[in-house]
Amino acid sequence: MESKVFEVRIDLFAGAGERAGADHVMLNLSVDCDSTQLTAGMLLDCLGRSCPSLLDLLPSCRLAVDCEYVSGETLVDVGQSEFALIPPVSGG
Amino acid sequence: MSQSRITVDIVERAIQRDQYEDHLSHPDVGAHAWFLGVTRRTTEGKITETLFYQAHREMAMRQMQKLATEAAQRFSLSAVVLVHRLGEVRVGEVSVMVGVCSGHRPESFTALPWIMDRLKKDVPIWKQECDEQGQRHWVHPDGVDQGLDSSSEDPAGNELIERKKG
Repeated sequence: MESKVFEVRIDLFAGAGERAGADHVMLNLSVDCDSTQLTAGMLLDCLGRSCPSLLDLLPSCRLAVDCEYVSGETLVDVGQSEFALIPPVSGG
Repeated sequence: MSQSRITVDIVERAIQRDQYEDHLSHPDVGAHAWFLGVTRRTTEGKITETLFYQAHREMAMRQMQKLATEAAQRFSLSAVVLVHRLGEVRVGEVSVMVGVCSGHRPESFTALPWIMDRLKKDVPIWKQECDEQGQRHWVHPDGVDQGLDSSSEDPAGNELIERKKG
């Protein structure tokens, strides 16, 4: 099946940004031509492979899509959405 | 019930409570309650020199708005003020402020810890602690499901006034 490569930006904050040495990472994702969707969990797996320094923190992180938390099973659109990796928060 | 007045703000300067006093003004309320979280110097024997706060600003504003609105509905509050400061917050300075008002005091008393617990669980703001040796580290409480009593695990931040007073 033909596939298309998407460049996806994921913003990083606090300890995640520190581990990666950047405030965002760019992932090149190959997805089927007839869809731009994959699950949030798959996206986080890709992030871990692309940026191993995040692996220890990833299990406790949440993914935000367009400023809303999503679960690992949620289908996300890599062609249009904005992504952020949210480590455990500590405001207050 | 009339619509509640919601004020949410993220600032990079000192939080002045008096600037927000009139946001709670309402002729039908009998209780105003405020919580101010400040940077604490000592945590478990360690000295905190200062704290630095970072946020996913757009998302934090949305989450704070959602949180304040939900609190107003849940506790029948006439108004909610929720303000968080970013950047450096020195010992004794205010990092977060919550103000609520209601017809009677129980609603306001109950709303403050509820709002703070949820803010510390869901609002994407992080603190970086700087100790007296100049060492800096980001504070990330264990696990995503931090529960509603995560403030006790917070090494440098603020706990609810009720807990501080024991």
